Order: sequence, then structure tokens, then C-alpha cells
Amino acid sequence: MRTFWLLLEPFLLVELKVYIISKWEMKMSKEMTGAEMIIKALKDQNVEHIFGYPGGAVLPIYDTIFQQDEIKHILVRHEQGATHMAEGYARSTGKVGVVLVTSGPGATNAVTGLTDALLDSIPMVCITGQVPTPLIGSDAFQECDTVGITRNCTKHNYLVKKIEDLPRILHEAFYIASSGRPGPVVVDVPKDVQFALGEYYKPANATSHKSYKPHLNGDLGAIEAAVDLMLKAKKPIFYTGGGVINSGVEASENLRELVELSGFPVTSTLMGLGAFPASNDKWLGMLGMHGTYEANMAMHDCDLMICIGARFDDRITGRLDAFSPDSIKIHVDIDPSSIGKTVHVDLPIIGDCNRVLEEMIRLWREKSNQSRTGEIAPWLKTIDKWRDVKSLRYENSDEIIKPQFAIQRLAKATKERDTYITTEVGQHQMWAAQYFPFEKPNHFMTSGGLGTMGYGLPAAVGVQVAHPDATVIDIAGEASVQMTMQEFSTAVQFRLPIKIFILNNEYMGMVRQWQQLLHGSRYSQSYSESLPDFVKLAEAMGGKGIRCDDPAKLDDAIKEMLDFDGPVLFDCRVSKEENCLPMIPSGKAHNEMILPDTKDIGNVIDEKGKILV
Amino acid sequence: MIDNLQPSGSAYFITKPTAEPERHTLSVLVDNEPGILARIAGLFSARGFNIDSLTVSETEHEKGLSRITIVSVARPKVLKQIKLQLERVVAVHKVHDLTQEGKSLERELALVKVAGTGENRVETLRLAEAFRAQVVDASIESFVFEITGRPTKIEQFIALMVPLGLVEVVRTGMAAISRGSDKM
Repeated sequence: MRTFWLLLEPFLLVELKVYIISKWEMKMSKEMTGAEMIIKALKDQNVEHIFGYPGGAVLPIYDTIFQQDEIKHILVRHEQGATHMAEGYARSTGKVGVVLVTSGPGATNAVTGLTDALLDSIPMVCITGQVPTPLIGSDAFQECDTVGITRNCTKHNYLVKKIEDLPRILHEAFYIASSGRPGPVVVDVPKDVQFALGEYYKPANATSHKSYKPHLNGDLGAIEAAVDLMLKAKKPIFYTGGGVINSGVEASENLRELVELSGFPVTSTLMGLGAFPASNDKWLGMLGMHGTYEANMAMHDCDLMICIGARFDDRITGRLDAFSPDSIKIHVDIDPSSIGKTVHVDLPIIGDCNRVLEEMIRLWREKSNQSRTGEIAPWLKTIDKWRDVKSLRYENSDEIIKPQFAIQRLAKATKERDTYITTEVGQHQMWAAQYFPFEKPNHFMTSGGLGTMGYGLPAAVGVQVAHPDATVIDIAGEASVQMTMQEFSTAVQFRLPIKIFILNNEYMGMVRQWQQLLHGSRYSQSYSESLPDFVKLAEAMGGKGIRCDDPAKLDDAIKEMLDFDGPVLFDCRVSKEENCLPMIPSGKAHNEMILPDTKDIGNVIDEKGKILV
Repeated sequence: MIDNLQPSGSAYFITKPTAEPERHTLSVLVDNEPGILARIAGLFSARGFNIDSLTVSETEHEKGLSRITIVSVARPKVLKQIKLQLERVVAVHKVHDLTQEGKSLERELALVKVAGTGENRVETLRLAEAFRAQVVDASIESFVFEITGRPTKIEQFIALMVPLGLVEVVRTGMAAISRGSDKM
């Protein structure tokens, strides 16, 4: 016995030493200022990058940032840029995007990005500075009611009035932002709280909350009923959305597996592109207002719709009372309020997409050992007939670059690379969705719900920060890109080689198209007058500018852009009055599409349709 | 294809409502944190829901919980959305639709000021007694009554006071609780 202890003694001593040191360190590091707590909490949440802009009410936090080098701060040019960068960062990694801005104008400038993240369910934590607590409500310099203003554009928000609450709130913010249906969370921290001393702690159970409890596991009975319906359906279709991507890479893998097992065709919303590979023969393309003919016709005529992580948005459904009239609808969503909001659902399953997909696969395997490709062959044949309509055809030209052609060439040139695409909002966004084949989830970043022009350039910066070696391209329009143009300078500063591929038609293209559709081609204020010389602009900001207006030289120009090791502005001059087709006009149903051969689109929409957006 | 492009004669989103609006009482258990009332009220205005009555007060101090009672008039589908949207708010613990669950008690308190002299004054007092309204203030030419009961009873009392010299009314809004031993 004695020898045993003797043998152990040196080890015990070492252990004791380590224990004492760690205790001592904990004691030492526990007492800290609010500003230090914020940075400590970010580190504990494994945050590596934050996007921000300093100002009076966040100076203590910036001082703490200065004294460490674990968290890298990306200095933006405008707070809206910071929020979109965080969105791009979050969407391409699945991690929480973090924003740090000052009080007043810093916070109000962030509102657009917060709303964007709310509508597209992007996890984001935005820390805002606030005037010191005694001054709140006195109309102090750079004071605004941040929690009041952001209440309706965040998943949740906090005003931290006491230093004791700060550590709990910081960790809670990350939990709320990233769990359930993800979304933006604002933490408003007054300057006196940033200076105050307090004890930092990381809550032992950071993934529980007294009232917020997202429902992750779908009801097994409902999932089984869904699988039974899938085993009987004659005309089934998967309609998937951004929820599949938010649910993690495994969800996309499971979706692929379930499609393989069942043999059912798949369509997806704008937000869900990439969850299912565009090269697969079950892929129908995107659905909705600018979706393919086959996807929309299949949605209209199906007898079983399996909606996974999508929300029946008005861009998807078209005329509601004519939306897929003869189908049984299964809806898988993590947010109960999405169920039955616009469209009646026959079989709701509330839960995380990935977990529900896993269960569906398991149950399918239990009940059947083969795909139903044979049994639904007539349906697949009908779909092939719709495919033959070739709704994405366009007349190419050898004199002028067609925007669709430009995107196809870009896709070809980047095929072998790890390519991330972001977009602004408008025609180019729809063309990117239609003509760029997405094979992997988290590789397409776009503003879907809010439709924020100016999203793409900063989002590309955020994506490039997260993936320094990848090819990151913002497919842009000349109007949208000018809204957040200044962030190009951020890309230059941090040596982020983003490529801004501008489809320049000198019009706010989608506005012009709607004016042609609805307002007798009176192009009120939609012409991009006084455009900057994008090549000189890029050079002035320290990047490279390329211009191309000849289809024969396009491939070389794209190669030059991709080969350049630094940020590039590519001014791609395209045909001016190209329309984005096919299109379900407002007030119409899925089977009433305008196809590319429609000559006069000005007479398609009736009076009642004109009031809709 | 072109045939399909003819106007269909039907507008979308403007479908005729199929069900009649109903009046429901919702009981919402929330964390008593700053801004929670603004958050709930903001949700109603942002999504175009109606609020007929709203009362809020802390009910369990040590747990920091408040109960909000909301009366809303909406079609059944919208009522379901209201409940789901309320449940989505991070600080909301539970939402109960008391009208749907049946068996609930609904009470309201009102202070009613009535001025008058002579025969009217006597009649006012007689009616107040019939309605079990308490006199909480009196002067030579006025009374202030405190009356509690179901909102319909209070409305009836107020209607009777109008010809007798009603001056003004304040109402607390409705408080509601389920019958029986069940806890929300």
C-alpha cells in the first residue's frame, strides 16, 4: 500500500499544482469589465471574426479588441455592410455572424441587415453600444431607442442594464440566434456597463432557456403518416427551402438520400438552392415567380407535396386560390407559426428538417426496399414533357452579351473551383438562380425574403473572410451594387479577392421589366443615369477593373478576373432590355406562366393583378 | 400556352373570407422583462391583428412572471396564427385560448362617474344597488361607482347611466381565468 502511494505521489503533486493554478487563474480572470466580458464571451462561443465600426459608445469594447489577437475585427465602411457580411459569413459556414456597432446611427444603419436576417432566418448576434444608463431617455448625443427600433426586426433583443446580467445575456443571445428557426439577436450595452467591473461566468447550461424551447423532434406518428402517403402517391414532389440548409450539411445529405430512395422529383425555393444538386436528373430547377415551367407545372398538378423547410411565400405560390389545387400537402418546419399561415396544410410536422428527414429515411427503409420510380413513371414522363418546353431558352447573340449567357460562361469557368456565389436583388439575381448550377449547400447567398439591393457585395466579403481560399463571386446589377459599393474598399483593406461580376444593362432591370408589364413601358426613374466608370472606380479603390462587351472576348475576360489575386470589379455590358423569363405574372397561377416566346408581355396582367407586387 | 395567358378574372390574396370573426380571450404567461408589453402589442399591430382589450400585471413576483389577458376578434384561421405568433416570442411561456378551452371566468372592473340631482339621483342609486355597484365617492351632485362583473354586465350598467347623467367611465380591461383546479 505504501509503495503504491509513493509511486503516485509525484503525479498527485503535479495534479494539485495544476488544480491550484487553474483555480487561481479562474479567480483572476473572473473579475473583469463589461467590455472584456463581451470579448471573452465571443471567444467562449468560438467566434473568430467580427464585423464592425467603432464609435463613442463602443470605445471600451474596441480598446479590448486592440489588446488581443484571437478575434479578428473586419472594419467595414457602413454598418449595413457589416450586417450583410455577417449574413454571408453565417450562411456559408453555418456559424453565427457577429456584428459590433455603436449607438444611434450605428444601430439604425444596421436595421436593414437585421430585418434581412430575420426574414431569411440567418443566425446573427449584433452588439450595439448605448449611451450610459443615466442618460438613457434624455435625447443624449447619438442616442436612439435601439431595442424599440429593433424589436420587430429581431428574433429577440436585450438592453443590458446591469453588469451582473451581461454574461448570461451574451451566451443566451448566441443560443437564441442559432437554435430553432435561426435569426438575429441584438444586445444593446450602455457604455457604463462596458466599464463596470463584474464577475464573468459561462452558464453551465447555455443551451436551455426558461421560456424559449424550440421543438426539434418531429412527431413520429405524423412522420410515419407522411411516409405512408409517400408510398402511395402517384404524382409526388419534394418542395424544399432554406430550412434544409439551415439544418446543416447533414440535412442536405439526407435529402439527397431520401430522393434517391423514393425516386421523387425535387424543386426548391431561392433560399434552398444547393441543398439538392442541380446536376441530378430528379432536379426540376427553382420554382415560383421566375421558376422553371416543369417545376411550377409539377407543383400545380401534383397529388402529394412534401414541403421541407420552406414557407409558402407569395413568390412561390402565385395566386393562392389556384395553388396546387389537387394535392395533399405535408409541411415540415421548425417554426409552428409557418404552418397554415398562407396555405392549408394537411399533415404538419413540426421539427428540425434534418431529424425529420432521418426518420423518414429510416421508416421508408422499414416499409419498402425499393424506389418508386417505376410506379410513378407516368408522372415522370409528364414532367419530361414539361421539361421539353425548355422554359430557360433564350436567343443568344454574337454581337451583344446576353446576361443569361454571361452567367453560363461564368459557371463553366468556375466549375473546377470551390465557388461561392452571392447576388444583389433583381433580374441578375433570378438569372443567377436559373442559370448557375448549384451543387452544394451553403454556396449560394442571396437576399430572399426582404429583397435587399446591396446585399451581395458585403455578403461576398463575409464569405471570403470565412473561406479565404475559395472563389467568391457576387453576381450583381449596376444599380444594386452602388448601394454598398464602398465595401469594395473593405475587401481591398483585408486582401479579400472577391469578384464583383456586374451584369450592366444600365437599367434597374426588374423595375423596368415590371414597368413594361404593368405600366405601358413608361420607364419612370429606372434608367441608371450617370453611371460611374466601374473600371476606374475599382482602380481608385485599389482593386482591378475589367470591362467586356463582346461575347467572343467574354471567356478570356472571365479568366482574367478569376486569375487576378485581389478584388475585381467586372463591368459586363449586357443587352439592355432583356426580360427575366419565364415568369408567373402577379394574379396568375402556376400553370399560367409567361414563357420566353411571349412577344408582348405588356398585355399579360389584368387590372386586378396590377395592384399586387 | 397563349390561351393560358388570358385574364382569369380572379384576383389573388383577395379571396372571400369563409368563416365569421369570433371573439376570443387569450391568456399569455410571460417573463416580466422590460419591453415585453411593447413586444406583444407591436406583434398585433405589425401583423394587423385586432386587440379589443388588454390587461397586464405581474402575477408571480418571485418567478418574475406576468399574465397578459388579450381579447381579440378574428376569423378562426387568424386566431390560430395569433396564438402561434405569440408562442414564438422568446419571453412567452404559454398561451391559452380560454374561449376555445371553454369553462373560463371573465371579470372586469369599472369606475363610473354619474352626476345628477333629485329623482335621477335616487334612480341612479337604486340601479347601482341592483347591479351591486359600490359607491366609492359621493358629492352633493355626483357619485363614483365601482362595479365588477362580466363585460356585458358593465356595458349594460353604463348604458343605463347615460340618461341619468353619466360623466365618465374608466375600465380595467378584462381579466380571465379558467374554471376548475387546472393551472395554466
